[in-house]
Amino acid sequence: MFLTIRELVFARSRFALMGTVVALIAILMVLLSGLSVGLVDDGVSGLKKLPVTSLAFERDVAADAAFSRSVVDLGAVDEWAERDGVTDAAPYGNTLVNAKTNGDVDIDLALFGVQPGSFIDPEPTQGTRLGSNPNEIVVSATALDAGVRLGDVVTVDRVGTELTVVGVLDGQHTYGHVDIGYIPLRTWQEIRTGTAPGAQAPAHAYEEITAVAVRSASEADLAAGDHDAGTMSMTLEESFGASPGYTAETSTLQMIQVFLYAISALVVGAFFTVLTIQRKPEIAVLRAMGASTRYVLRDSLAQSLVLLTTSTVLGVGVGVAAGAAISSTPMPFSLDPGSIAVAGLLLVVLGMAGAAIAVLRIVKVDPLTALGGNR
Amino acid sequence: MSAGLLLDEVTLRHGDGEDITTALDEVTLRVEEGEIVAVVGPSGAGKSSLLAVAGGLTVPDSGRVLVGDVDLSGTERDRARIRRERIGYVFQSNNLIPSLTAVDQVRLPLTFGRHDASRDPLELLAEVGMEHKAGRRPHELSGGERQRVGIARALVTRPRLLLVDEPTAALDRQRSHEVVELLAKETHHLRMATVVVTHDHDVLRHCDRVYEMVDGRLNPAQPALA
Repeated sequence: MFLTIRELVFARSRFALMGTVVALIAILMVLLSGLSVGLVDDGVSGLKKLPVTSLAFERDVAADAAFSRSVVDLGAVDEWAERDGVTDAAPYGNTLVNAKTNGDVDIDLALFGVQPGSFIDPEPTQGTRLGSNPNEIVVSATALDAGVRLGDVVTVDRVGTELTVVGVLDGQHTYGHVDIGYIPLRTWQEIRTGTAPGAQAPAHAYEEITAVAVRSASEADLAAGDHDAGTMSMTLEESFGASPGYTAETSTLQMIQVFLYAISALVVGAFFTVLTIQRKPEIAVLRAMGASTRYVLRDSLAQSLVLLTTSTVLGVGVGVAAGAAISSTPMPFSLDPGSIAVAGLLLVVLGMAGAAIAVLRIVKVDPLTALGGNR
Repeated sequence: MSAGLLLDEVTLRHGDGEDITTALDEVTLRVEEGEIVAVVGPSGAGKSSLLAVAGGLTVPDSGRVLVGDVDLSGTERDRARIRRERIGYVFQSNNLIPSLTAVDQVRLPLTFGRHDASRDPLELLAEVGMEHKAGRRPHELSGGERQRVGIARALVTRPRLLLVDEPTAALDRQRSHEVVELLAKETHHLRMATVVVTHDHDVLRHCDRVYEMVDGRLNPAQPALA
């Protein structure tokens, strides 16, 4: 570190310029990471909080649109409940609707139809659980930000079903970027078939659900269960891909992140390539004086590490501060320490890889050139 | 008894195929400890090749090179170790590291590895008359001052062999005289074997022996030179 520190101090303007570029990349990383996590939360946070291990959809339904297209016979629930290794099975319904509260608040809702008392019927932190009244709804805490209040009456557009907000869940429960409202399964089945209050629902309405929510031990044989129940199971994680826009959004952001990592490695590599070329005469002198190749490589890589680590930490700090400000806006943004740590670490590791390729030129520097005269 | 430096019938060729030039042609040179030897000659005569071979920067095609009793025919790794432990280099004037202060320039070789008999960098700077500029970087020093720092850097590890490349190339007459006098004093004081490659005839009167290099051959200098 003898030369490392002194070079960094001496050429501080040059290193500061490079450090600023790395810090800006780190800021962008944090913002992208926050946006990525925010979008994932906005898209599937409600699914993530379901206490299920898998969801059994209609057999052969399009995997990327299973929540909107799947129709499963209610009898499949019993088939699943009786299987070895399955601890719980319950009917689950999923429909996106537009609604308006009696406070004149327009709100989009993802209605999750559940049997009150079943293992997927959630416990709210405010108000009460779904009871025997079919016109009750338990909403995500984020619905409160939209203007919904406990006790409000929410009217579903077109159908006209009125639902009273009896409970509010803890934290964000969203699906497809809209707030989730848990309602009794029977009411959900009527809304899904467009049955207005007081009207006769089609005969099949009460026999159809979106999927069977399954909680099972790890050894449960999902394929055999699907065979017997006529369903197509997805693990909870797999089912995220069936959420609207989820795959397109996450893959787009992942692609941007991958490009950003590649660019950062290239930028750092290019910087250290130029730096190494500029330092060639100096490196020749060091080697002529007996410095080992390892000594010179260690010195150059230590410079890269100090530069990358310091800049990344600074950039992440600024990014987190900016992210905290963004979090208070409606933008789907969530700072996840794990994701940020991984992004920062990747930036340093890939930057080091770029620098390593650049400084390997040092090995080729001939100490004989130190005798070559004026530099 | 081993010499400070011994080149024994050393031949070095450059190039390949039909385009081969002989840089050193069966050169033999023995420099005793405490002795300062000058090598003069026109450009391209092989002076730099002589320094490169003597300092283990390149391996000759034939012949032996000994620094004390250590043979320089090993791997680059072995030769790098010998360079840092036994050999001091004084390069042409601008070969200091730009980011380092004078005292750090002198301290630098001590960071390459363990040195049992190293000298104190500040004391050494004082010895070459540069202690008052210990905190200055190369761009803040004159040519003569840079050369003095370079000499202190070469001496800090107490080398057995000191190789000096054109020490007065960028200096005026007065500074040249001071630098060469310093080299001669340190050579005798530290019992080093010193080889000075130079174009400057003023350097020669401080040297114990003078050789002339012509077309890769090393001959005792004509009396007019010596």
